[in-house]
Amino acid sequence: MNKPLRRISVFCGILILALLVRTNYLQYVRADELNTRDENRRVRIERYAHERGDIIVDGGKAVTGSKETKDSDFKFKRVWQDGPMWAPVTGYSSQAFDASQLEKLEDGILTGNDDQLFFDRTLSMFTGSKDKQGGNVVTTLNAAAQKAAFTGLGDKKGAVAALDPQTGAILALASTPSYDPSTFAGNSNKDSKAWQALQKDKDKPMLNRALRETYPPGSTFKVVTAAAALENGLYTDIDAKTDSPLPYRLPLTTGNLENEGNIPCENASLREALRMSCNTVFGKISDDLGNQKMIDEAAKFGFNKDVFTPVRATASIYPKDNRPQNAMAGIGQASNRATPLQMAMVASAVANDGKLMQPYMVAERQAPSLDVIYTHEKEQLSQPLSGENAQKLQEMMKTVVETGTGQNAKIPGVTVGGKTGTAQHGLNNSEKPYAWFISYAKTDSGSPVAVAVVVEDSKANRDDVSGGGLAAPIAKAVMKAVIDGKK
Amino acid sequence: MSVVTNTTTIGAIDAPSRRNTELMMMVFAIGISVFAYANVGLAIDGKLPSGMFGYGLGLVLLGGVAHLVVRKFAPYADPLLLPLATLLNGLGLVLIWRLDQSQRLINRAESAWGKFTPDAPKQLMYSAVGVALLVAVLIVLKDHRILQRYTYISMVAALVLLILPMFFPAVNGAKIWVSLGPFSIQPGEFAKIIIAIFFSGYLMVKRDALALASRRFMGLYLPRGRDLGPILVIWALSILILVFETDLGTSLLFFGLFVIMLYVATERTSWIVFGLLMSAAGAVGVATFEPHVQSRVTAWQDPFACYSTDVSGACEQISNAIMSFGSGGTLGTGWGQGHSDLIGFAANADFILSTVGEELGLAGMMAVLLVYGLIVERGVRTALAARDPFGKLLAIGLSGAFAIQVFVVAGGVMGLIPLTGMTMPFLAAGGSSVIANWALIGILIRISDTARRPAPAPAPSSDAEMTQVVRP
Repeated sequence: MNKPLRRISVFCGILILALLVRTNYLQYVRADELNTRDENRRVRIERYAHERGDIIVDGGKAVTGSKETKDSDFKFKRVWQDGPMWAPVTGYSSQAFDASQLEKLEDGILTGNDDQLFFDRTLSMFTGSKDKQGGNVVTTLNAAAQKAAFTGLGDKKGAVAALDPQTGAILALASTPSYDPSTFAGNSNKDSKAWQALQKDKDKPMLNRALRETYPPGSTFKVVTAAAALENGLYTDIDAKTDSPLPYRLPLTTGNLENEGNIPCENASLREALRMSCNTVFGKISDDLGNQKMIDEAAKFGFNKDVFTPVRATASIYPKDNRPQNAMAGIGQASNRATPLQMAMVASAVANDGKLMQPYMVAERQAPSLDVIYTHEKEQLSQPLSGENAQKLQEMMKTVVETGTGQNAKIPGVTVGGKTGTAQHGLNNSEKPYAWFISYAKTDSGSPVAVAVVVEDSKANRDDVSGGGLAAPIAKAVMKAVIDGKK
Repeated sequence: MSVVTNTTTIGAIDAPSRRNTELMMMVFAIGISVFAYANVGLAIDGKLPSGMFGYGLGLVLLGGVAHLVVRKFAPYADPLLLPLATLLNGLGLVLIWRLDQSQRLINRAESAWGKFTPDAPKQLMYSAVGVALLVAVLIVLKDHRILQRYTYISMVAALVLLILPMFFPAVNGAKIWVSLGPFSIQPGEFAKIIIAIFFSGYLMVKRDALALASRRFMGLYLPRGRDLGPILVIWALSILILVFETDLGTSLLFFGLFVIMLYVATERTSWIVFGLLMSAAGAVGVATFEPHVQSRVTAWQDPFACYSTDVSGACEQISNAIMSFGSGGTLGTGWGQGHSDLIGFAANADFILSTVGEELGLAGMMAVLLVYGLIVERGVRTALAARDPFGKLLAIGLSGAFAIQVFVVAGGVMGLIPLTGMTMPFLAAGGSSVIANWALIGILIRISDTARRPAPAPAPSSDAEMTQVVRP
């Protein structure tokens, strides 16, 4: 009977071997993947086991904190200062509902588990400091500008994005209505109810409108169309007459492209057309250049791809489309969609003499010891237009603010360039239009700020909605806050 | 080869008994467990646990008594079986005691039943009963061949044990418990030993008839019905009962046991083919009408599916177990510092291995699996060394059942095969399992003692004198 016995022993050996292989596979090959899965509660337990590091604005002011709790799983709870104002920047970090945006993306630094902190951890093991601490994330946000943007939007629905055109640093990122992440940071029934209420809210307070919502950019997009005209040599002199009939019939259709009111747009120069926001002039430019050239220019400004700040901003879309639709897209209508951040990038590229800088909001990452382990190096994303053409466009945008539709953005003693927009939306233009304003300020040392403001819905009368009236004052307040801070 | 010397009927006259080796290994096994206690206490409370000396003393007593009894009543027994079992039982006690300290499990128990009772003291008591049973087996059972007399009584006893749970309510979806007042036992654990005794006794008598008086059919040797019939009926009955009690792990175990023993008895490979075909058919058949099985198979195929779709307990347990293993990584978090208690109520029973995986890591898992492997290896070695067919069959049956049980439980917990719900021998909390497995070890020790005992010296013969080689 010994031969079958030996075979059975081999069989038993195979059973044990299979178990050994499986445990190696789980605990060695798949360990990292399993250990970081969203379903793995250990990730959350670890996230709140120690005091989290802080998210810092203005180069030193923390807008976050940690509070000790009695929960058996989670020792600390996240708290925020001015939660609703900073929520579009920080995101939330909840014991029960995971985390988002910077709180999620920078989790490794904030909990102190990131590989970049390996040296620090090893060091503190030897120096004997027992309590693990998180590192800090220093953002580029400017508290005064953020406050101006947030209070400017007030109870209106909308968003503001402000950039430093010379570096790409994000100075303000506001979205209203907003939410206070502190209300659902814990693990209790109360937190759960607050979360449910936010999820059900029709106004979508948890939507980051500055980065994640796309709107038809309306007339503000005429800046891009003008840049395309200059770059492609369609027109070179901004004060020369253009070839623009009035009324302008949309190509291949029987419909006319209308202007607002009876403004004199026939053969208007580029400067005049932008000042008065002539639909006919820019619609024809878009058609003259053709769909592909428009797409190319828009792409140079950042359209048609996701932007990582490092928080992802939804891609803005300049569509591939037929002739009449392309003409409409050239004035920011049809399927043309842009995020507020995207339009701020457009203004900042013009202000920075044609160079578009990569937008970013994390300036530094600090180890728990406050040693800086990462510093952002400014990086040029593209060059949508030449320096010469950029200056021409600056001239045009300056005229808009000085004598055109954007006079509400004037700041005494500062050169301001801008463009208003009133984007139609809804079937047959049935809903309230979006009020847009993009602008930049310029001082002797270049341009310190470019802003995009969109007001989605306001209690104002439909006829009173205009970019110049609703959005420009907010942009002005933000620009003023940045400039006053520099003095 | 050493195997050859072990299987000869005439061994060396003064073969070493290896009792002192066993003693040293016992000291080692108990020492590891006591250190483990200290480690858990230091990790959780920052001081040596108060229970450490109680449990340590208990283990020393149990191990010491067992060792002395083996020394007296089974002097030539395999020296590794007892220390390996003691090591696993000791580690199991520490793991259960560690899970008793979990605030999460305490809260869960209090909200579900209003009070929390620690399992470690119970487990220590059951271990004592188990060791007492081992001692009883060694003292009462002077020779394992005595069991041969009880072949048919075993058959009846096994069937009774298997049928009993039908009359008691189901616990967690499986009718495998018999509750008598405060005590509840799982008869399946004991039935596996008793049915191995029946198979051994029956097959020993019928093996020649089964192997030789058979007809060839499609390349397979089919035995006559009157030879195979009774065993087939008993086996089919036990499987059916278990399927109706939804005790799938145990039915798989019985099936494997049956095929292994039939193969060893008849030496016909066709039994393996037969067994595989029948198990495949059986598995598919059961899976088509049993929702309990279906949910387990679904959970096995994608352990993380229930997080996105429906919420079923089976999936959440298995995915949590798998994440436990992953979180342990190569070296583990250390005793008392993992979160394997997230698995919930079965953390110290079916899923105790995930605590090993998380807190002792890959290294600890390999060590524990190898200890199980060693027990099986010593059992198979005992079967090889046994001089009588009954002893061979019983030893291979018991060690084969042990190996299959380890594979089915560990494989289920690690997501290698669908979860079936059995306990890890010696490690898991549970009285029946610990007691039955100690009895199993007792029988193996008894067989190995008989196998390794030197044969009585042959009577001196005059022929020997004459043919003696005289060395210069």
